Amino acid sequence: MKVKVISRSTDEHTKERSQDLQRVFHNYDPSIRTQEKAVEYVRALNAAKLDKIFARPFVGAMDGHIDAISCMAKNPNHLTGIFSGSMDGDIRLWDLASRRTVHQFPGHQGAVRGLAVSTDGHVLVSCGTDCSVRLWSVPISTAMELDVSSDKSVEPLETYVWKNAFRSVDHQWNFDRFATGGAGVEIWNHNRSAPEQSFEWGTDTVISVRFNPGQPDILATSASDRSIALYDLRMGKPAAKLIMATKTNSICWNPMEPINFTAANEDCNCYSFDSRKLNEAKCVHKDHVSAVMDIDYSPTGREFVTGSYDRTVRIFQYNGGHSREIYHTKRMQRVFCVKFSCDASYVISGSDDTNLRLWKAKASEQLGVLLPREKKRHEYHEAVKNRYKHLPEVKRIVRHRHLPKPIYKAAELRRTMTEAERRKEEKRKAHSAPGSITSKPLRKRRIVKVEE
Amino acid sequence: MGVEGVNQGHENIVPPIEQKLSEEMDITRKKYLRGGEANLEVLKDKKLKGQLAVREELHVKTAQAAANAEKYLLPSEEGYLEPEGLEKTWRIKQESIAPAVDISSARNQYDIVVPDLGPYRLDFTPSGRYMMVGGHKGHLAIVDMKQMNLIKEFQVRETVRDVVFLHDETMFAAAQKKYPYIYNRDGTELHCLKEHGAALRLQYLEQHRLLASINEYGQLHYQDVTDGRMVGSYRTGFGRTDVMQVNRHNALLALGHSGGKVTMWSPTSSSAVIEMLCHKGPISAIAFHPTNRDVMATSGKEKKVKLWDRRNLKGPLQILPGQAETLDFSQKGLLARGTGSFLQVLRDSSGTQNYEKYMNHPLVKGYQIEKVLFRPYEDVLCIGHSMGWSSILIPGSGNPNFDTWVANPFETPKQRREREVHSLLDKLPPETIMWDPTKIGTVKPPRKEKISKEEKEAELEAALEVAKDIAPKKKTKGRNKPSKMKKKKQEIIANVKRPFLEQQKKEEEVARKKQKLIEQVELPTSLQRFARKKAAT
Repeated sequence: MKVKVISRSTDEHTKERSQDLQRVFHNYDPSIRTQEKAVEYVRALNAAKLDKIFARPFVGAMDGHIDAISCMAKNPNHLTGIFSGSMDGDIRLWDLASRRTVHQFPGHQGAVRGLAVSTDGHVLVSCGTDCSVRLWSVPISTAMELDVSSDKSVEPLETYVWKNAFRSVDHQWNFDRFATGGAGVEIWNHNRSAPEQSFEWGTDTVISVRFNPGQPDILATSASDRSIALYDLRMGKPAAKLIMATKTNSICWNPMEPINFTAANEDCNCYSFDSRKLNEAKCVHKDHVSAVMDIDYSPTGREFVTGSYDRTVRIFQYNGGHSREIYHTKRMQRVFCVKFSCDASYVISGSDDTNLRLWKAKASEQLGVLLPREKKRHEYHEAVKNRYKHLPEVKRIVRHRHLPKPIYKAAELRRTMTEAERRKEEKRKAHSAPGSITSKPLRKRRIVKVEE
Repeated sequence: MGVEGVNQGHENIVPPIEQKLSEEMDITRKKYLRGGEANLEVLKDKKLKGQLAVREELHVKTAQAAANAEKYLLPSEEGYLEPEGLEKTWRIKQESIAPAVDISSARNQYDIVVPDLGPYRLDFTPSGRYMMVGGHKGHLAIVDMKQMNLIKEFQVRETVRDVVFLHDETMFAAAQKKYPYIYNRDGTELHCLKEHGAALRLQYLEQHRLLASINEYGQLHYQDVTDGRMVGSYRTGFGRTDVMQVNRHNALLALGHSGGKVTMWSPTSSSAVIEMLCHKGPISAIAFHPTNRDVMATSGKEKKVKLWDRRNLKGPLQILPGQAETLDFSQKGLLARGTGSFLQVLRDSSGTQNYEKYMNHPLVKGYQIEKVLFRPYEDVLCIGHSMGWSSILIPGSGNPNFDTWVANPFETPKQRREREVHSLLDKLPPETIMWDPTKIGTVKPPRKEKISKEEKEAELEAALEVAKDIAPKKKTKGRNKPSKMKKKKQEIIANVKRPFLEQQKKEEEVARKKQKLIEQVELPTSLQRFARKKAAT
């Protein structure tokens, strides 16, 4: 007879000394874990609820400007520095970590309408309605001069005066050229007092100019004649133009897929385009209830932030039709400019109420250094939530957002209107000869004309 | 092509040992795959298909990693009892096992004799570390099985019909003469559960934190022990019973009734989820297999023990002769049955659900077994009987490897506190108790579309074709006449047509009723009085 029975010695299963860690034994057998799926579902539900509890996206407001903020620029070389320009001609450099003004750049007579920083982070370009373009030297060590409150102002390096008021400026990647938009599109050099090149296509004002981050000679502009135009500096002439039903307020290229750009439109939607194929949008991002004023991509290229005239900031997936997140406060007025921070974890908005506001990009993210165990726990919660996101209860909790009453009402109204339109079209189609009425998909509907 | 062919040739020549190994691996991996792979071919959405394919691949990898861990990393191996020569396992006695095992295991063979307070009922914590005993005359005790010391012992001086641990050893419930009570480890009475009445049996659903009881009027109560809410209280309508067992896989409660029926209950429905007639006599015990979720054992007073597969409720897998007052499955699937003073352990040695006797253990004559219970994660069987309780060794009954995060026999107070918080967060709602808990998180299948008229006709046509082709049997003289043959054939055809015609008739009737209803509604109010009235009944 051979016999063996289970025999566990306490020494082998407990810690030897009191300083040791407890011994852990694993047995992955599914049969000792009953009701696995139900437990996982409950965990997903709890994770969704915890997310809601910890969703506190607002970090702080930065006040100092005495008029509405019209434009912002981030410093590609300095994570915590951000420039803002206001309608009264004031330009400030902020330190996001301490949320204080580090520098001021006085000089503009009218509103500052555009700010851009060179790739090396040394030169700031500003332009405004006073028909001038100013170049400023960016102070290197911003943190050092925090306490010097009296002598914070600096003189511009250069001031170039031109014929017309400017609406926007953008700096070329890696070169010392920049483009301004006003009556036309002008390409400037740091060292020349007059533009190197100028383009005109149509007669209307150019509202927004953006250089392509991948191909530095390509430029996208939007103008108040409802057009979006692409220019190639090497050819010296415009490349393509697209006219939409409404005006595009701002354009931003996707930094990770630089062939694609997204346009913030006056009709409350954002349209993502492939620059090689302008006759239809790749995706329509709906949710705002008033004109979208500004847009900025996250450096990861997976999401972008928009600021709107409806007093909210929204974050969209690059391929998602609806927003992932909405930020609003009672005191925030019309949002004119938004920026994603260079580490993709914060969002900055500038609004009519003279404040810059700092938000977390993920509303319930835990700030600060995480222990490995905490990190693992967060990852697990994210995974189970993702796994059960289709179930009605989890979905309801994850989707729920509190909206200000005017936004809620306006969204409801917009829904009713689109629904009525759709119904009418359906009826019209049903009562006419088959094939006589064709409906365009939303991706094409707002595009009036494409010119090459 | 040529190269591939050569490779395939090589693959076929695998040393037999490795081949065996890989087969073994496949079996273990299957366990961790938790069901078959999803069929992604039917999906039309390309994006979804891609995402699911990635996830499926990860899932297979995880299963492989877990299977590897099981093969190489588990610290201990399960026990065994192997006869040599003409020996039979069921002739081996406890006395002969004792000298062959180590001292700490031999300490698990003992008898506690408490002559006046029995019969005793038992319960273990999920880790098997602590045992609760309750004597019928009111003797309650908690024993630490590792240290072999008595933690608390006290007398309630009242009939105790059943005892059960709540989530861990700090609290337990006892069904006493009039009501069930909850005590803590120090013997302090925490709650008196008057709503349950005189409970005969108690069961605790760990993951749902529900205490279930059946009282002498056949009323079933579910109470949430975290917030005291009465989740469900139902009259079973099958009379008094003292056979109750929870199925750990889906948390359904099984009750055995005097009419030979086994019913299964969930706290969300007022009637039984499942009713099955298992025995001709009254049910005396029910047990569920802890690892194979399909297997159930029942015993009836008509001296039969039956094994059932829940996927096939038509008939039992196996019928064993002999009576059993109490049944219990061990973690490795051994089945213990006790009746009178005789105890038998059965084993499914071939893996084909064919249970054969494995070990016998006769108690002292005159002892009446009240309850047998395998100790989790140990090769030990505890027996509560009329003269106290005993413990014997059954090699190969327990799971040799525990998981620290599931049930830890070496748990420290700090770990216990932490586990308590986590398990409270993971408390399942009572709605998750259902026949098939793997359905949670899945999508309802789309409804079957109605069959069109053409399809129905085609079906009828096909059925008729088949009927016409049936060759008539040759009959004896006089019955094989052409007229009779013709009549027979017509009969066959009529038989085939009948179900179709009946269904058609039914549908027509439904449509007519609907039409009638619409007509009645459509009349304006002023004209409704002229509408044809229903015939007076």
